[in-house]
Amino acid sequence: MSVLAFASVSVRFGDDATAVKDVTLDIQRGEIFGIVGESGSGKSTLAHAVMGLLPANATVSGSIAVNGRAVLGLGEAALRQMRGRKVAMIFQDASASLDPVWPVGDQIAEVIRAHGPVSRADAKARAIGLMTEVGIPDAAARYGDGPHRFSGGMRQRIVIAAALANNPQLLIADEPTTALDVTLQAQVLALIDRMRRDHGTTVLLITHDLGVVAQVCDRVGVMYGGKLLEVATTRDLFARPSHPYTRALLAANPAGAPRGSRLPVIPTEWSVESLQAAEAADG
Amino acid sequence: MADLLRVENLSKTYAMGGAPWNHRRVVALDGISLAVQRGKTLGLVGESGSGKSTLGRCILGLTMPDSGQVIFDGTPVQGLSGRALSDFRRRVQPVFQDPYGSLDPRWPVGRSVREALDCFRIGSPADRDARVLDLFHRVGLNPALAGRLPAALSGGQRQRVAIAAALASGPDLIIADEPVSALDMSVQAQILNLFMDLQADLGVACLFITHDLGVVNHVSDDIAVLHRGQLVEIGATDQVMRQPQHAYTSSLLAAIPPLVPGEPHANRSA
Repeated sequence: MSVLAFASVSVRFGDDATAVKDVTLDIQRGEIFGIVGESGSGKSTLAHAVMGLLPANATVSGSIAVNGRAVLGLGEAALRQMRGRKVAMIFQDASASLDPVWPVGDQIAEVIRAHGPVSRADAKARAIGLMTEVGIPDAAARYGDGPHRFSGGMRQRIVIAAALANNPQLLIADEPTTALDVTLQAQVLALIDRMRRDHGTTVLLITHDLGVVAQVCDRVGVMYGGKLLEVATTRDLFARPSHPYTRALLAANPAGAPRGSRLPVIPTEWSVESLQAAEAADG
Repeated sequence: MADLLRVENLSKTYAMGGAPWNHRRVVALDGISLAVQRGKTLGLVGESGSGKSTLGRCILGLTMPDSGQVIFDGTPVQGLSGRALSDFRRRVQPVFQDPYGSLDPRWPVGRSVREALDCFRIGSPADRDARVLDLFHRVGLNPALAGRLPAALSGGQRQRVAIAAALASGPDLIIADEPVSALDMSVQAQILNLFMDLQADLGVACLFITHDLGVVNHVSDDIAVLHRGQLVEIGATDQVMRQPQHAYTSSLLAAIPPLVPGEPHANRSA
Protein backbone atom coordinates (compact mmCIF):
# COMPACT_ATOMS: atom_id res chain seq x y z
CA MET A 1 0.00 0.00 0.00
CA SER A 2 1.30 3.37 -0.96
CA VAL A 3 2.15 5.80 1.86
CA LEU A 4 3.54 8.57 -0.32
CA ALA A 5 2.58 9.02 -3.95
CA PHE A 6 3.89 11.60 -6.41
CA ALA A 7 1.99 11.96 -9.70
CA SER A 8 3.62 14.08 -12.43
CA VAL A 9 5.03 16.52 -9.87
CA SER A 10 6.91 19.54 -11.20
CA VAL A 11 8.25 22.45 -9.15
CA ARG A 12 9.27 25.78 -10.58
CA PHE A 13 10.81 28.71 -8.70
CA GLY A 14 9.61 32.04 -10.04
CA ASP A 15 10.68 32.30 -13.67
CA ASP A 16 13.88 30.32 -13.19
CA ALA A 17 14.62 26.83 -14.40
CA THR A 18 12.33 24.03 -13.22
CA ALA A 19 13.77 22.34 -10.12
CA VAL A 20 11.66 19.18 -10.31
CA LYS A 21 10.41 17.84 -13.63
CA ASP A 22 7.47 15.46 -13.90
CA VAL A 23 8.26 13.05 -11.07
CA THR A 24 5.95 10.06 -10.58
CA LEU A 25 6.75 7.72 -7.72
CA ASP A 26 5.01 5.44 -5.18
CA ILE A 27 6.58 4.72 -1.81
CA GLN A 28 5.24 1.64 -0.02
CA ARG A 29 4.44 1.17 3.66
CA GLY A 30 7.38 0.20 5.82
CA GLU A 31 10.13 0.65 3.22
CA ILE A 32 13.18 2.88 3.37
CA PHE A 33 13.24 4.61 0.03
CA GLY A 34 16.41 6.47 -0.89
CA ILE A 35 16.56 9.42 -3.25
CA VAL A 36 20.12 9.95 -4.40
CA GLY A 37 21.48 12.79 -6.48
CA GLU A 38 24.12 15.50 -6.58
CA SER A 39 23.59 19.11 -5.58
CA GLY A 40 20.91 20.81 -7.65
CA SER A 41 19.26 17.54 -8.68
CA GLY A 42 15.98 18.56 -7.03
CA LYS A 43 15.95 15.88 -4.32
CA SER A 44 15.41 18.26 -1.40
CA THR A 45 12.88 20.34 -3.33
CA LEU A 46 10.81 17.20 -3.85
CA ALA A 47 10.82 16.52 -0.09
CA HIS A 48 10.01 20.11 0.80
CA ALA A 49 7.01 19.96 -1.53
CA VAL A 50 5.53 17.13 0.58
CA MET A 51 5.86 19.14 3.78
CA GLY A 52 4.59 22.41 2.29
CA LEU A 53 7.95 24.01 3.01
CA LEU A 54 8.63 25.53 -0.41
CA PRO A 55 9.15 29.30 -0.62
CA ALA A 56 6.28 31.49 -1.75
CA ASN A 57 7.62 31.91 -5.30
CA ALA A 58 7.47 28.16 -5.98
CA THR A 59 4.71 26.75 -8.16
CA VAL A 60 3.95 23.05 -7.86
CA SER A 61 1.95 21.10 -10.43
CA GLY A 62 0.82 17.47 -10.36
CA SER A 63 -0.31 15.83 -7.15
CA ILE A 64 1.23 14.50 -3.96
CA ALA A 65 -0.71 12.19 -1.65
CA VAL A 66 0.15 10.95 1.83
CA ASN A 67 -1.88 7.86 2.69
CA GLY A 68 -4.21 8.63 -0.18
CA ARG A 69 -4.93 12.21 0.95
CA ALA A 70 -3.79 15.05 -1.29
CA VAL A 71 -1.38 17.43 0.43
CA LEU A 72 -0.90 20.10 -2.24
CA GLY A 73 -3.11 23.10 -1.59
CA LEU A 74 -3.73 22.27 2.07
CA GLY A 75 -4.16 25.32 4.29
CA GLU A 76 -1.74 26.24 7.06
CA ALA A 77 -3.92 24.66 9.80
CA ALA A 78 -4.23 21.36 7.94
CA LEU A 79 -0.48 21.34 7.22
CA ARG A 80 0.22 21.93 10.88
CA GLN A 81 -1.95 18.92 11.74
CA MET A 82 -0.07 16.79 9.23
CA ARG A 83 3.46 17.88 10.15
CA GLY A 84 4.80 16.10 13.17
CA ARG A 85 1.80 13.78 13.50
CA LYS A 86 1.50 12.07 10.11
CA VAL A 87 4.75 13.15 8.48
CA ALA A 88 7.92 14.16 10.31
CA MET A 89 11.08 15.54 8.80
CA ILE A 90 14.67 15.65 10.00
CA PHE A 91 17.53 17.63 8.50
CA GLN A 92 21.30 17.52 8.13
CA ASP A 93 22.08 19.92 10.95
CA ALA A 94 20.47 18.73 14.19
CA SER A 95 21.50 21.83 16.11
CA ALA A 96 19.46 23.99 13.71
CA SER A 97 16.36 21.93 14.49
CA LEU A 98 16.79 22.27 18.27
CA ASP A 99 16.29 25.42 20.32
CA PRO A 100 19.76 26.15 21.73
CA VAL A 101 18.54 27.39 25.14
CA TRP A 102 15.80 24.86 25.88
CA PRO A 103 16.22 21.50 27.61
CA VAL A 104 16.14 18.78 24.94
CA GLY A 105 13.63 16.70 26.89
CA ASP A 106 11.13 19.58 26.94
CA GLN A 107 11.56 19.96 23.19
CA ILE A 108 10.51 16.33 22.68
CA ALA A 109 7.63 16.70 25.18
CA GLU A 110 6.45 19.81 23.28
CA VAL A 111 6.03 17.76 20.11
CA ILE A 112 3.90 15.25 22.03
CA ARG A 113 1.70 17.92 23.66
CA ALA A 114 1.27 19.88 20.44
CA HIS A 115 -0.67 17.02 18.87
CA GLY A 116 -2.91 15.73 21.64
CA PRO A 117 -4.24 16.30 25.15
CA VAL A 118 -1.38 14.86 27.18
CA SER A 119 -0.46 15.96 30.70
CA ARG A 120 2.98 17.45 31.33
CA ALA A 121 3.97 14.50 33.47
CA ASP A 122 2.91 11.95 30.85
CA ALA A 123 4.65 13.89 28.07
CA LYS A 124 7.83 13.99 30.14
CA ALA A 125 7.67 10.26 30.83
CA ARG A 126 7.16 9.52 27.14
CA ALA A 127 10.00 11.86 26.17
CA ILE A 128 12.34 10.04 28.55
CA GLY A 129 11.18 6.73 27.07
CA LEU A 130 11.93 8.00 23.56
CA MET A 131 15.36 9.30 24.58
CA THR A 132 16.18 5.88 25.99
CA GLU A 133 14.88 4.21 22.85
CA VAL A 134 17.18 6.24 20.56
CA GLY A 135 20.16 5.40 22.75
CA ILE A 136 20.74 8.40 25.04
CA PRO A 137 22.42 6.90 28.12
CA ASP A 138 20.84 7.85 31.45
CA ALA A 139 17.97 9.66 29.70
CA ALA A 140 16.08 10.77 32.83
CA ALA A 141 19.14 12.62 34.12
CA ARG A 142 19.84 14.23 30.73
CA TYR A 143 16.22 15.37 30.18
CA GLY A 144 17.02 18.89 31.40
CA ASP A 145 20.31 19.37 29.51
CA GLY A 146 20.56 21.91 26.69
CA PRO A 147 21.54 20.79 23.17
CA HIS A 148 25.11 22.12 23.57
CA ARG A 149 25.75 19.43 26.19
CA PHE A 150 25.33 16.72 23.55
CA SER A 151 27.67 15.68 20.75
CA GLY A 152 26.56 15.97 17.10
CA GLY A 153 25.59 12.29 16.89
CA MET A 154 23.61 12.50 20.15
CA ARG A 155 21.84 15.66 18.94
CA GLN A 156 20.75 13.87 15.76
CA ARG A 157 19.39 11.03 17.96
CA ILE A 158 17.35 13.57 19.94
CA VAL A 159 15.96 15.05 16.73
CA ILE A 160 14.97 11.53 15.63
CA ALA A 161 13.27 10.97 19.00
CA ALA A 162 11.27 14.20 18.56
CA ALA A 163 10.38 13.28 14.97
CA LEU A 164 9.08 9.88 15.99
CA ALA A 165 7.30 11.12 19.15
CA ASN A 166 3.83 10.91 17.60
CA ASN A 167 4.48 7.74 15.63
CA PRO A 168 4.25 9.37 12.20
CA GLN A 169 3.53 7.11 9.23
CA LEU A 170 6.23 8.78 7.19
CA LEU A 171 9.67 10.11 8.15
CA ILE A 172 11.46 12.31 5.64
CA ALA A 173 15.19 12.41 6.40
CA ASP A 174 17.12 15.01 4.36
CA GLU A 175 20.86 14.15 4.52
CA PRO A 176 20.54 13.03 8.17
CA THR A 177 24.10 11.71 8.45
CA THR A 178 26.04 14.02 6.15
CA ALA A 179 27.42 16.16 8.98
CA LEU A 180 28.49 13.13 11.04
CA ASP A 181 31.73 11.17 11.17
CA VAL A 182 31.64 7.72 9.56
CA THR A 183 31.38 5.76 12.81
CA LEU A 184 28.45 7.92 14.00
CA GLN A 185 26.92 7.81 10.54
CA ALA A 186 26.67 4.03 10.72
CA GLN A 187 25.06 4.23 14.18
CA VAL A 188 22.44 6.80 13.16
CA LEU A 189 21.54 4.82 10.02
CA ALA A 190 21.20 1.66 12.11
CA LEU A 191 18.92 3.62 14.47
CA ILE A 192 16.68 4.77 11.60
CA ASP A 193 16.54 1.19 10.34
CA ARG A 194 15.63 -0.12 13.80
CA MET A 195 12.91 2.52 14.34
CA ARG A 196 11.46 1.57 10.97
CA ARG A 197 11.32 -2.10 11.98
CA ASP A 198 9.94 -1.44 15.49
CA HIS A 199 7.34 1.17 14.53
CA GLY A 200 6.61 0.36 10.90
CA THR A 201 7.54 3.92 9.88
CA THR A 202 8.01 4.49 6.17
CA VAL A 203 11.21 6.44 5.49
CA LEU A 204 12.12 8.72 2.59
CA LEU A 205 15.90 9.14 2.87
CA ILE A 206 17.49 11.88 0.81
CA THR A 207 21.25 11.67 0.33
CA HIS A 208 24.11 12.36 -2.04
CA ASP A 209 26.01 9.39 -0.65
CA LEU A 210 25.71 6.04 -2.43
CA GLY A 211 27.33 4.36 0.58
CA VAL A 212 24.41 5.48 2.77
CA VAL A 213 21.97 4.14 0.20
CA ALA A 214 23.75 0.79 0.13
CA GLN A 215 23.65 0.56 3.89
CA VAL A 216 19.93 0.99 4.66
CA CYS A 217 17.68 1.57 1.65
CA ASP A 218 15.30 -1.03 0.23
CA ARG A 219 14.68 0.87 -3.00
CA VAL A 220 16.35 3.87 -4.60
CA GLY A 221 15.43 6.60 -7.02
CA VAL A 222 18.22 8.44 -8.84
CA MET A 223 17.60 12.13 -9.54
CA TYR A 224 19.47 14.34 -11.96
CA GLY A 225 18.59 17.82 -13.16
CA GLY A 226 15.13 17.61 -11.57
CA LYS A 227 14.24 14.33 -13.26
CA LEU A 228 13.81 10.94 -11.68
CA LEU A 229 16.03 8.86 -13.97
CA GLU A 230 15.53 5.38 -12.58
CA VAL A 231 13.95 3.54 -9.66
CA ALA A 232 15.29 0.14 -8.61
CA THR A 233 15.83 -2.07 -5.60
CA THR A 234 19.12 -1.21 -3.95
CA ARG A 235 20.62 -4.54 -4.95
CA ASP A 236 19.69 -4.07 -8.60
CA LEU A 237 20.87 -0.48 -8.69
CA PHE A 238 24.39 -1.47 -7.71
CA ALA A 239 24.45 -4.75 -9.63
CA ARG A 240 22.70 -3.59 -12.81
CA PRO A 241 22.39 0.20 -13.01
CA SER A 242 20.23 0.82 -16.06
CA HIS A 243 20.76 4.54 -16.64
CA PRO A 244 24.08 5.82 -18.06
CA TYR A 245 24.19 8.57 -15.41
CA THR A 246 23.82 6.03 -12.59
CA ARG A 247 26.57 3.91 -14.12
CA ALA A 248 28.87 6.95 -14.36
CA LEU A 249 28.08 7.99 -10.78
CA LEU A 250 28.90 4.51 -9.45
CA ALA A 251 32.14 4.38 -11.42
CA ALA A 252 33.29 7.79 -10.15
CA ASN A 253 33.37 6.55 -6.56
CA PRO A 254 36.99 6.01 -5.48
CA ALA A 255 35.94 3.25 -3.04
CA GLY A 256 35.28 0.89 -5.94
CA ALA A 257 38.32 1.68 -8.10
CA PRO A 258 41.86 0.23 -8.01
CA ARG A 259 44.25 2.48 -6.11
CA GLY A 260 45.90 5.23 -8.09
CA SER A 261 43.91 4.42 -11.22
CA ARG A 262 42.33 7.33 -13.05
CA LEU A 263 38.73 7.54 -11.94
CA PRO A 264 36.28 7.38 -14.82
CA VAL A 265 34.94 10.91 -15.05
CA ILE A 266 31.22 11.44 -15.56
CA PRO A 267 30.75 12.13 -19.30
CA THR A 268 30.25 15.80 -20.09
CA GLU A 269 26.60 15.38 -21.01
CA TRP A 270 25.96 14.07 -17.47
CA SER A 271 28.26 16.33 -15.49
CA VAL A 272 26.55 18.65 -13.06
CA GLU A 273 28.75 21.52 -14.16
CA SER A 274 27.74 21.25 -17.80
CA LEU A 275 24.10 21.00 -16.73
CA GLN A 276 24.45 24.21 -14.75
CA ALA A 277 26.19 25.89 -17.68
CA ALA A 278 23.41 24.79 -20.03
CA GLU A 279 20.71 26.07 -17.69
CA ALA A 280 22.52 29.36 -17.19
CA ALA A 281 22.59 29.73 -20.99
CA ASP A 282 18.85 28.98 -21.15
CA GLY A 283 17.94 31.42 -18.42
CA MET B 1 65.79 8.74 0.01
CA ALA B 2 65.76 11.59 2.50
CA ASP B 3 62.41 12.66 3.86
CA LEU B 4 61.13 15.95 2.48
CA LEU B 5 59.16 16.71 5.62
CA ARG B 6 59.67 15.37 9.09
CA VAL B 7 57.40 16.07 12.04
CA GLU B 8 59.07 15.25 15.36
CA ASN B 9 57.21 14.80 18.61
CA LEU B 10 54.81 17.64 17.88
CA SER B 11 52.34 18.65 20.61
CA LYS B 12 49.69 21.36 20.75
CA THR B 13 47.15 22.13 23.46
CA TYR B 14 44.30 24.60 23.12
CA ALA B 15 42.56 26.38 25.98
CA MET B 16 38.81 26.10 25.60
CA GLY B 17 35.92 27.72 27.43
CA GLY B 18 35.70 29.00 30.97
CA ALA B 19 37.37 32.03 32.53
CA PRO B 20 41.06 32.67 31.76
CA TRP B 21 42.11 31.15 35.12
CA ASN B 22 39.86 28.16 34.65
CA HIS B 23 40.40 26.99 31.05
CA ARG B 24 39.54 23.51 29.99
CA ARG B 25 42.59 22.27 28.11
CA VAL B 26 42.15 20.24 24.96
CA VAL B 27 45.09 18.26 23.69
CA ALA B 28 44.90 18.65 19.90
CA LEU B 29 48.21 16.95 19.14
CA ASP B 30 50.08 14.66 21.50
CA GLY B 31 53.66 13.83 20.51
CA ILE B 32 53.13 13.29 16.76
CA SER B 33 56.03 12.07 14.62
CA LEU B 34 55.73 11.30 10.93
CA ALA B 35 57.47 11.89 7.60
CA VAL B 36 56.51 12.70 4.01
CA GLN B 37 58.88 11.52 1.28
CA ARG B 38 59.68 13.45 -1.86
CA GLY B 39 57.03 13.00 -4.54
CA LYS B 40 54.84 10.77 -2.36
CA THR B 41 51.41 11.22 -0.84
CA LEU B 42 50.78 10.65 2.85
CA GLY B 43 47.09 10.39 3.66
CA LEU B 44 46.15 11.70 7.09
CA VAL B 45 42.79 10.41 8.34
CA GLY B 46 40.78 10.88 11.48
CA GLU B 47 37.37 12.05 12.59
CA SER B 48 36.41 15.60 13.49
CA GLY B 49 38.40 16.78 16.46
CA SER B 50 41.19 14.25 15.93
CA GLY B 51 43.74 17.03 15.35
CA LYS B 52 44.37 16.45 11.65
CA SER B 53 43.78 20.07 10.62
CA THR B 54 45.86 21.37 13.55
CA LEU B 55 48.73 19.21 12.32
CA GLY B 56 48.37 20.67 8.82
CA ARG B 57 48.37 24.20 10.24
CA CYS B 58 51.45 23.53 12.39
CA ILE B 59 53.33 22.26 9.34
CA LEU B 60 52.36 25.36 7.36
CA GLY B 61 53.51 27.58 10.21
CA LEU B 62 49.99 28.99 10.69
CA THR B 63 49.78 27.58 14.24
CA MET B 64 52.68 27.45 16.71
CA PRO B 65 53.09 24.05 18.37
CA ASP B 66 53.74 23.89 22.13
CA SER B 67 56.67 21.54 21.66
CA GLY B 68 58.34 19.40 19.03
CA GLN B 69 59.41 20.52 15.60
CA VAL B 70 58.66 20.47 11.92
CA ILE B 71 61.69 19.90 9.70
CA PHE B 72 61.35 20.71 6.02
CA ASP B 73 64.15 19.60 3.73
CA GLY B 74 66.56 19.42 6.67
CA THR B 75 65.72 22.82 8.20
CA PRO B 76 63.51 23.38 11.27
CA VAL B 77 60.51 25.48 10.22
CA GLN B 78 59.70 27.19 13.52
CA GLY B 79 62.87 29.30 13.59
CA LEU B 80 62.57 30.60 10.03
CA SER B 81 62.31 34.31 9.27
CA GLY B 82 62.82 36.73 6.42
CA ARG B 83 64.05 35.27 3.15
CA ALA B 84 64.21 31.70 4.50
CA LEU B 85 60.58 31.87 5.66
CA SER B 86 59.49 33.28 2.33
CA ASP B 87 61.32 30.46 0.56
CA PHE B 88 59.61 27.90 2.81
CA ARG B 89 56.21 29.41 1.99
CA ARG B 90 57.04 29.20 -1.71
CA ARG B 91 57.89 25.52 -1.43
CA VAL B 92 55.00 24.43 0.83
CA GLN B 93 51.53 25.45 -0.35
CA PRO B 94 48.09 24.82 1.11
CA VAL B 95 44.83 23.81 -0.56
CA PHE B 96 41.77 24.06 1.68
CA GLN B 97 38.28 22.58 1.62
CA ASP B 98 36.47 25.78 0.78
CA PRO B 99 37.98 27.57 -2.22
CA TYR B 100 35.49 30.38 -1.59
CA GLY B 101 37.37 31.07 1.61
CA SER B 102 40.79 31.24 -0.06
CA LEU B 103 39.85 33.33 -3.10
CA ASP B 104 39.08 37.06 -2.87
CA PRO B 105 35.42 37.35 -3.97
CA ARG B 106 36.07 40.75 -5.65
CA TRP B 107 39.08 39.66 -7.67
CA PRO B 108 38.95 37.93 -11.03
CA VAL B 109 40.33 34.45 -10.37
CA GLY B 110 43.27 34.99 -12.75
CA ARG B 111 44.44 37.82 -10.48
CA SER B 112 44.37 35.50 -7.44
CA VAL B 113 46.64 33.07 -9.29
CA ARG B 114 48.91 35.87 -10.52
CA GLU B 115 49.26 37.21 -6.98
CA ALA B 116 51.23 34.09 -6.02
CA LEU B 117 53.64 34.75 -8.93
CA ASP B 118 54.01 38.43 -7.98
CA CYS B 119 54.47 37.61 -4.31
CA PHE B 120 57.34 35.22 -4.94
CA ARG B 121 58.72 37.24 -7.91
CA ILE B 122 58.51 34.30 -10.25
CA GLY B 123 59.41 35.13 -13.86
CA SER B 124 59.42 38.67 -15.19
CA PRO B 125 56.30 40.78 -14.59
CA ALA B 126 55.71 40.74 -18.33
CA ASP B 127 55.48 36.98 -18.73
CA ARG B 128 53.45 36.31 -15.57
CA ASP B 129 50.15 36.64 -17.40
CA ALA B 130 51.26 33.91 -19.79
CA ARG B 131 52.23 31.76 -16.82
CA VAL B 132 48.77 32.22 -15.32
CA LEU B 133 47.25 30.88 -18.53
CA ASP B 134 49.69 27.94 -18.44
CA LEU B 135 48.57 27.16 -14.91
CA PHE B 136 44.93 27.29 -15.98
CA HIS B 137 45.73 24.74 -18.71
CA ARG B 138 47.64 22.62 -16.22
CA VAL B 139 44.61 22.26 -13.90
CA GLY B 140 42.15 21.74 -16.74
CA LEU B 141 40.48 25.15 -16.70
CA ASN B 142 39.55 27.12 -19.77
CA PRO B 143 41.89 30.18 -19.70
CA ALA B 144 38.90 32.28 -20.75
CA LEU B 145 37.64 31.88 -17.17
CA ALA B 146 40.60 33.89 -15.78
CA GLY B 147 38.63 37.12 -15.98
CA ARG B 148 35.64 35.82 -13.99
CA LEU B 149 34.90 36.36 -10.33
CA PRO B 150 34.84 33.28 -8.04
CA ALA B 151 31.04 33.59 -7.72
CA ALA B 152 30.69 32.99 -11.46
CA LEU B 153 32.48 29.63 -11.26
CA SER B 154 31.21 26.25 -10.11
CA GLY B 155 32.59 24.59 -6.97
CA GLY B 156 34.85 22.28 -8.97
CA GLN B 157 36.19 25.16 -11.07
CA ARG B 158 36.91 27.20 -7.93
CA GLN B 159 38.85 24.29 -6.41
CA ARG B 160 40.87 24.06 -9.66
CA VAL B 161 41.70 27.77 -9.33
CA ALA B 162 42.82 27.21 -5.73
CA ILE B 163 45.06 24.37 -6.93
CA ALA B 164 46.45 26.54 -9.74
CA ALA B 165 47.29 29.25 -7.18
CA ALA B 166 49.01 26.66 -4.98
CA LEU B 167 51.04 25.38 -7.97
CA ALA B 168 52.04 28.87 -9.13
CA SER B 169 55.11 29.03 -6.91
CA GLY B 170 56.35 25.58 -7.99
CA PRO B 171 56.00 23.95 -4.54
CA ASP B 172 57.66 20.70 -3.43
CA LEU B 173 54.87 19.92 -0.97
CA ILE B 174 51.13 20.56 -0.96
CA ILE B 175 49.18 20.40 2.28
CA ALA B 176 45.66 19.57 1.10
CA ASP B 177 43.10 19.85 3.91
CA GLU B 178 39.84 18.11 2.85
CA PRO B 179 40.24 19.36 -0.74
CA VAL B 180 37.36 17.31 -2.17
CA SER B 181 34.98 17.11 0.79
CA ALA B 182 32.70 19.91 -0.40
CA LEU B 183 32.45 18.60 -3.96
CA ASP B 184 29.87 16.42 -5.67
CA MET B 185 30.96 12.90 -6.56
CA SER B 186 31.26 13.68 -10.28
CA VAL B 187 33.52 16.67 -9.57
CA GLN B 188 35.42 14.90 -6.80
CA ALA B 189 36.59 12.26 -9.28
CA GLN B 190 37.99 14.99 -11.58
CA ILE B 191 39.88 16.71 -8.77
CA LEU B 192 41.33 13.41 -7.49
CA ASN B 193 42.50 12.63 -11.03
CA LEU B 194 44.07 16.09 -11.18
CA PHE B 195 45.99 15.50 -7.92
CA MET B 196 47.33 12.19 -9.24
CA ASP B 197 48.30 13.73 -12.61
CA LEU B 198 50.12 16.61 -10.94
CA GLN B 199 52.05 14.23 -8.79
CA ALA B 200 53.06 12.11 -11.77
CA ASP B 201 54.04 15.14 -13.91
CA LEU B 202 55.56 17.51 -11.38
CA GLY B 203 56.70 15.18 -8.59
CA VAL B 204 54.95 17.25 -5.91
CA ALA B 205 54.68 15.56 -2.53
CA CYS B 206 51.37 15.81 -0.74
CA LEU B 207 49.94 15.58 2.74
CA PHE B 208 46.34 14.71 1.99
CA ILE B 209 44.11 15.37 5.01
CA THR B 210 40.63 13.84 4.86
CA HIS B 211 37.95 12.06 6.84
CA ASP B 212 37.08 9.89 3.83
CA LEU B 213 38.83 6.52 3.84
CA GLY B 214 37.70 5.73 0.30
CA VAL B 215 39.46 8.84 -0.99
CA VAL B 216 42.59 8.34 1.05
CA ASN B 217 42.86 4.71 -0.02
CA HIS B 218 42.72 5.83 -3.62
CA VAL B 219 45.39 8.54 -3.62
CA SER B 220 47.85 7.73 -0.82
CA ASP B 221 51.13 5.82 -0.77
CA ASP B 222 51.05 5.75 3.03
CA ILE B 223 48.34 6.37 5.61
CA ALA B 224 48.58 7.90 9.07
CA VAL B 225 45.60 7.60 11.42
CA LEU B 226 44.98 10.24 14.07
CA HIS B 227 42.66 9.66 17.01
CA ARG B 228 42.15 12.28 19.74
CA GLY B 229 45.48 13.91 19.01
CA GLN B 230 47.47 10.72 18.94
CA LEU B 231 48.98 8.95 15.98
CA VAL B 232 47.52 5.48 16.42
CA GLU B 233 48.76 3.94 13.20
CA ILE B 234 51.04 4.71 10.26
CA GLY B 235 52.05 2.47 7.41
CA ALA B 236 51.79 1.61 3.73
CA THR B 237 48.23 2.09 2.46
CA ASP B 238 47.73 -1.59 1.59
CA GLN B 239 48.91 -2.73 4.95
CA VAL B 240 46.71 -0.29 6.91
CA MET B 241 43.62 -0.99 4.82
CA ARG B 242 44.02 -4.79 4.81
CA GLN B 243 45.44 -5.44 8.27
CA PRO B 244 44.73 -2.52 10.56
CA GLN B 245 46.84 -2.86 13.69
CA HIS B 246 44.84 -0.54 15.89
CA ALA B 247 41.26 -1.04 17.12
CA TYR B 248 40.34 2.52 16.15
CA THR B 249 41.47 1.97 12.55
CA SER B 250 39.40 -1.24 12.36
CA SER B 251 36.32 0.60 13.61
CA LEU B 252 36.85 3.33 10.98
CA LEU B 253 37.16 0.68 8.27
CA ALA B 254 34.08 -1.19 9.52
CA ALA B 255 32.06 2.02 9.35
CA ILE B 256 32.69 2.59 5.63
CA PRO B 257 29.30 1.89 4.11
CA PRO B 258 29.69 -1.11 1.79
CA LEU B 259 29.23 -0.16 -1.83
CA VAL B 260 27.81 -3.56 -2.64
CA PRO B 261 24.59 -3.83 -0.62
CA GLY B 262 23.40 -6.96 1.08
CA GLU B 263 26.81 -7.85 2.46
CA PRO B 264 26.91 -8.42 6.20
CA HIS B 265 27.77 -5.20 7.91
CA ALA B 266 29.51 -4.78 11.22
CA ASN B 267 27.38 -1.92 12.51
CA ARG B 268 24.06 -2.77 10.97
CA SER B 269 22.44 -4.13 14.13
CA ALA B 270 23.56 -1.36 16.49
